[in-house]
Amino acid sequence: MPANTTQDNLERDDPERAQRFREAALPHLDDVYTLARYLLRNASDAEDAVQECYLRALKHFDTYRGPAMKPWLFAILRNVCRAEYARRASAPATAIDDTPEAADQTPLWREQQETPEAEMIRERDASAIRRMVDALAEPFKETFVLREINNLSYREIAEAVGAPVGTVMSRLARARAMLRSAWLAEQEQAR
Amino acid sequence: MTCDEAEILLHALIDNELDASHAREVEAHVATCPRCAAELAAFRQMREAMTKADLRYTAPASLRQRLDAALPKPAATPANVTPLTSRRSVLRGFALGSAVSAMAATLLVAVVLRQDDQQMIESEIVSSHLRSLQPGHLIDVVSSDQHTVKPWFNGKLDVSPPVIDLTAQGFTLIGGRLDYVDARAIGAVVYKRRAHVINLFVAQTSNPARKPAKVEAIQGFNIRHWSDRGLNYWAVSDIGTDELNEFGDKFEAAVKDSKEG
Repeated sequence: MPANTTQDNLERDDPERAQRFREAALPHLDDVYTLARYLLRNASDAEDAVQECYLRALKHFDTYRGPAMKPWLFAILRNVCRAEYARRASAPATAIDDTPEAADQTPLWREQQETPEAEMIRERDASAIRRMVDALAEPFKETFVLREINNLSYREIAEAVGAPVGTVMSRLARARAMLRSAWLAEQEQAR
Repeated sequence: MTCDEAEILLHALIDNELDASHAREVEAHVATCPRCAAELAAFRQMREAMTKADLRYTAPASLRQRLDAALPKPAATPANVTPLTSRRSVLRGFALGSAVSAMAATLLVAVVLRQDDQQMIESEIVSSHLRSLQPGHLIDVVSSDQHTVKPWFNGKLDVSPPVIDLTAQGFTLIGGRLDYVDARAIGAVVYKRRAHVINLFVAQTSNPARKPAKVEAIQGFNIRHWSDRGLNYWAVSDIGTDELNEFGDKFEAAVKDSKEG
């Protein structure tokens, strides 16, 4: 008996299933890779995680009942990344801080100012914004990326991260508030 | 509505996730509260600007090749699967973090969100459209003859999509295709307008009521959705709203003529 029984099983699979899987899952490759890059902040780890994600997805493809492919792939990728976090446990962990207090750090809106966000973001290149998104604490970053970059609906995000929609909403509100303060802080520094 | 509630819900408003009555409530609050109005304006701007910046990554070609090698081949030839060389066996483990929920948002519950099954399906429709644009994926049966395309669908689907030649109206029928949306087989009738592809997806619906057309833009594509006589239609293309509506109107008129005329 060869060691890689799973592979043998996959090989025996009918080509039609393989075709269906490829057609259903591969168009989302950029989306999955994007999420992996943000969650793992490292290109080579992201590639490994995406490959692992697709192989797991293929294995469980028969149990996939929809509704949409993307959130399902994201849920799998997320589990892969969680394991990767565990592997990195020696590295300093990002505290999961889901309490409302941190959001209070947001500077109060200064009404007299011209809205600085618009001009600022226009000047920023994508890489600067990416860095700020990267700096967000874990559950907020994930929700933010799923919403703003992967374009998922609230329900799809809830499905992908396995949290209630209410939690998704509060995390998204906090993520945006934190991002805005990061922008404002950068602007202060630039002066 | 209190400011605390609005603080959360204004994001759902920005994201177009609120049902109509809650959207009105948030808007009513914002109209009387300068602070929340300023918040809403700021986040809207931020959102708009973020949409403009390209924050996505593109999967490197090397990853595509790796995946292609690791996934079983679709062709009948024996799959040449390279052994998995994932560096980490630990990737197998599941280490789920506890989902800590906080704030009033959990009390605002999902009932305020608009029903977005439709939205999910439409995003899948766009994915199918994108997929069809890849080389060799557009058409299963190539023909500009509706009497060739229509019978081709027989036995492949539980519906018989109307296939109508609109060449005279400026939309050339180029063929048909079997596709998968929402994990179900769905018929796609393919048209061309100049160099632009229009995919017309047709699926059965349990609701026989006619639903008038609605056009939405998703990921830069226009989708025109309508229902008629127990069939759901989605026309997807990168052509403008005007032309897509023209296509839909002409198609609907032609279906009406053929059924009633």
